[in-house]
Amino acid sequence: MSQAREEILRRIRLATRDVPQEESPEDVSVERSYRVESVSPHEEVVGRFVENVSEYRASVRRVGEEELPEAIREALARRGARRLVVAPGVPDGWIPEGVEALRDGEGGRPLTSEELDASDGVLSGCALGIAQSGTVVLDGGRMQGRRALTLLPDYHLCVIYEDQIVELVPEAVRRLEGGVREGRSIVFVSGPSATSDIELDRVEGVHGPRTLEVLVCRR
Amino acid sequence: MKVSERPFQALAREALADSQLRRNLGHATATIRKKRAAAVSELPDWEELREAGAAIKERTLRHLDEYLVRLEESVTKAGGEVHWARDAREANRIVAGIAKGHGAREVVKVKSIATDEIRLNDHLEKEGIEAVETDLAELIIQLAGEESSHILVPAIHKNRAEIRELFREKLGAKDLSDDPRDLTETARRYLRERFLAAKVGISGANFAVAETGTICVVESEGNGRMCTTLPEVLVTVMGIEKVVPTWRDLEVFMQLLPRSSTAERMNPYTSFWSGTSSGEGPREFHLVLLDNGRTQALSDPKGRQALRCIRCSACLNVCPVYERVGGHSYGSVYPGPIGAILTPQLTGLGRKGPDSLPYASSLCGACYEVCPVKINIPEVLIHLRGRVVRNRQDSGSPAAKLDPEGAAMRTLARTFADRRLYEAAQKLARAGQWPLARGGRIRRLPGPLSGWTAVRDLEAVPRKTFREWWRRERG
Ligand code: SF4
Repeated sequence: MSQAREEILRRIRLATRDVPQEESPEDVSVERSYRVESVSPHEEVVGRFVENVSEYRASVRRVGEEELPEAIREALARRGARRLVVAPGVPDGWIPEGVEALRDGEGGRPLTSEELDASDGVLSGCALGIAQSGTVVLDGGRMQGRRALTLLPDYHLCVIYEDQIVELVPEAVRRLEGGVREGRSIVFVSGPSATSDIELDRVEGVHGPRTLEVLVCRR
Repeated sequence: MKVSERPFQALAREALADSQLRRNLGHATATIRKKRAAAVSELPDWEELREAGAAIKERTLRHLDEYLVRLEESVTKAGGEVHWARDAREANRIVAGIAKGHGAREVVKVKSIATDEIRLNDHLEKEGIEAVETDLAELIIQLAGEESSHILVPAIHKNRAEIRELFREKLGAKDLSDDPRDLTETARRYLRERFLAAKVGISGANFAVAETGTICVVESEGNGRMCTTLPEVLVTVMGIEKVVPTWRDLEVFMQLLPRSSTAERMNPYTSFWSGTSSGEGPREFHLVLLDNGRTQALSDPKGRQALRCIRCSACLNVCPVYERVGGHSYGSVYPGPIGAILTPQLTGLGRKGPDSLPYASSLCGACYEVCPVKINIPEVLIHLRGRVVRNRQDSGSPAAKLDPEGAAMRTLARTFADRRLYEAAQKLARAGQWPLARGGRIRRLPGPLSGWTAVRDLEAVPRKTFREWWRRERG
């Protein structure tokens, strides 16, 4: 055991002498009287998600499942994206003709950072969405892949199913708990990368994808 | 922790002479203030969230030893390594050791107040390692060779023309307009190269979950994601007070922090990871737990609440004193109202710089009202003033005890120590302030406070003190 560790723990015990010996952490009560569960109809929740995501200067479109491939094709064409990083598990049917799909781990070889950087964009799903804050959550699960895939390309096209959308942060945190316990890495994405560092002028994208596009899909 | 030896009042006088700074600051704080109020009013359960946030932090602080040991266990189980650092020197040595062990000449960093506090970059430089700040504002500050003046917008004192000059000179960007878009693009290209080359990344942490070993970094630009994802080795330096008990506790802070800080519903990016267990990202993870005065702050049962701080900077943006004098006047990496109570507790009292900080406030109470974890900053300020004065008396020579300032200070000490006396004095000041107040402002204060009003107009004591209002409204 390191000396520093013992010393710091000793200092803490000394500093908290005023805390009664018999007090356990649970004795310090934490009232959780804030909202933990949505009471709104789900259609309204989806509506709020769409609204809040678009307020971040991200584009959002609602589509039916059968329209999805066409919506993806249109989005990529508008963007002029040809070399597309495709997250593992994304159906082949989603990838339009004429677009080169870069699949991570294909032939046992992960894409290099340089390849990701040089791509025109990335297509992924997500773990869930939070309406209250307009957040897309990635947890490395189905159709998401490792973190770098959705980070290095300058354009992120993300598909979310309506039933993946919750209203409140606490609902999302609860759904993610299992994955966290397995050691999964999680990223909350709310709009494109942004900075307001220069005279408080908001500018998109110092580092992350400068364009975020979300397709909200009815099953 | 490095802190200015010069008193706040002296530093503030210089800041007040800088009109660019005052303009930028006034603009920034007013903008953020308005936005924040709107973001907060969207949540019907804001008060309940604050209450829970305060309680979770209080629970943690009262049982900090237990939670840190648990955090160590869970991080280790997730494949990370935990280091303990009693002070800045120890922390710096640990980080430099890790970087050197991997032969790194350059490390990429995401902005962190903890690493500013220990002056990690300076130390790494001495060891021949360049620390590249990857946050745009931090990059600007670093290129200019300056220090940050605001927790949230560190380059707030620089305008676009100055930044263009800096980039032209230091990054060799010749054809560059002063459009923030152009400037940002230049920084993006420069930093992307650094990221792709870096072997070692360094970050701070906003939260660390004891139960699961999950570390959380909250940010806007994506450089946090870069630093914590791309390099092979990741080192996170965090103050020991950043631990929270359970994963679920983050549901509270993920609502409180963004709205209080940048006034957004959610900041663009938040990353959570546990050790190296996800089988991707860095292959090696080190967590450095930093004391550096925190246990000293913890030992004052009333002052302890300063350690709840989640560094949102809301208190800075509402502070009338901060708005005029800016961050540098506080002489430490922790500016504004929170700095005024945190810095002297971290460094200890008894020197001119730290001792002056509890006086860097008009006690208007706005900071308490916005604080998402309900730190009663005015209460701690008054408490610390009492400690400063008692301290001086204890160490003072007989002559010091006799001088008029000493006598005034003795009265002040009694007043500060006793809430009722203090409030009575405030009422008295209100009733008696007319000869001093002109147009709602006080131009001069008598006695030991004159040094403060000599450099700026003090807001007149409000008709109703915050405490009176609070008691009536909530009591
Ligand atoms: S003291 Fe409160 S308001 Fe100020 S930065 Fe800390 S958490 Fe935010």
